[in-house]
Amino acid sequence: MAPTGQRRSSYSRRAQYSLFTGYIAAGAGALVGAILLGLSLWQPQFLSGLRGEANDAVAPATRTVATGRTESKSLYESVRGYLRAGSQNAALKREMEIARIRLKEAAAVEQENRRLKSLLSLEDTDTAPVATARLIGATSASTRRFAYLGAGAADGVKVGMPVRSPRGVVGRILEVGDRSSRVLLLTDSESVLPVRRAQDEVVAFAEGRGDGLIRIRLINLGINPIEKGDLFVTSGAGGYYQPGIAVAIATEITDDGALARIVTDPAAADFVSVLPIFEPAALRGSRTPIERELGE
Amino acid sequence: MERMNPRSRSDAYGSRINRSHSTVLATVIPYISILIASILPLIVIASALPIVPPLGFLMLIGWRLVRPGLLPVWAGFPLGLFDDLFSGQPLGSAALLWSLAMIAIEMVETRFPWRSFAQDWFTAGLILPVYLLAAMLFSGGEPSLPMLIALVPQIVLSILLFPLVALFVAFLDRKRLTRWRKLG
Repeated sequence: MAPTGQRRSSYSRRAQYSLFTGYIAAGAGALVGAILLGLSLWQPQFLSGLRGEANDAVAPATRTVATGRTESKSLYESVRGYLRAGSQNAALKREMEIARIRLKEAAAVEQENRRLKSLLSLEDTDTAPVATARLIGATSASTRRFAYLGAGAADGVKVGMPVRSPRGVVGRILEVGDRSSRVLLLTDSESVLPVRRAQDEVVAFAEGRGDGLIRIRLINLGINPIEKGDLFVTSGAGGYYQPGIAVAIATEITDDGALARIVTDPAAADFVSVLPIFEPAALRGSRTPIERELGE
Repeated sequence: MERMNPRSRSDAYGSRINRSHSTVLATVIPYISILIASILPLIVIASALPIVPPLGFLMLIGWRLVRPGLLPVWAGFPLGLFDDLFSGQPLGSAALLWSLAMIAIEMVETRFPWRSFAQDWFTAGLILPVYLLAAMLFSGGEPSLPMLIALVPQIVLSILLFPLVALFVAFLDRKRLTRWRKLG
């Protein structure tokens, strides 16, 4: 397009000054931006209240969209269900038979479990969720993987609480607004989660890679026992997550562990629930610097 | 009598009799459209890759390149600050990068005052990858090779989306000057 001629300095002092002031303001803006960026990289919680309020403000709109999205998805699924009703019915009946048998077995195991636990005088802790809500948004244009949850401090959500869907772990609460909160998803590059293999006690860390995959890093190095298709569940170490929630399935074996895919895709999750922090005491312990612990 | 041309008293923005442009609308539409575009990526739930182009930034450089002279050089700072509230980047990342982008375009414009759309697209095609890479570096996460690879689809999509954004900006620019009925 043709130049607008604004830049051409004229005889008008006013035009010259306003042009000059514009450049100064732009430079100052960049400088202030750099300072703010430095501060918020140094202190990630810097001005998080402002962000929380901004997200509370847009939450009604994003919540409506989220409702529409999940409902249209369920409509699509029910239409598809009709098309495959016959063959699915037969397959489900077969599966049902097997499931009934497994259920009986599970009941027996549970009973035995209860007996053993009473021997060890452990209490059964079946935790009720703090809040249940939809994921109303995500930072889909940024490299960081955050999601926004439609429940906040007003619903009892606190920083650090784990978020799960019926399938498995979704992430952890990072910032809390009044009616919405920010969730650090498992796939984020800063997310680290202690896990173990579902069938035994192989412990590892599940770290997000920032490209949708999870890197499983074994704690005990040696011969890599992981095989393709192994399921990893939370181990309960660290104190944030309840043990035994599904996290990821190994898809590719590496030198120090595996690459895995997450079990719960937040985009497919309808409702998610926020659980209380598993062991607040353990968490406080891990936060206390070792020097102070030794000093006192 | 010869019939008068019914369009003879109107221009591209509507009839001229007793109607004039709204100053408020003409000023506000560029800013509002950029602010809305900043919020839009929030709606898509992307758990694996950053797949949605940075729509706020695309709108900003769209307005700056398609319609020079409308946004002041310093507009990158306030608009970027607003984008930071929703983008998931640390606060200040877009405020800095958008300001720098505006200054960079200003410098390109002093060098090439007369440009075709292809040149504008080329400018956008240079600025967008640099912006996305810098945003990745400033995201607060440890930059890594997988993250870099995950960025490629977003970069390609952003560059391909620029002509559409430019078309949309041109459309808004026409609507911006719609004539409204004047009272009195």
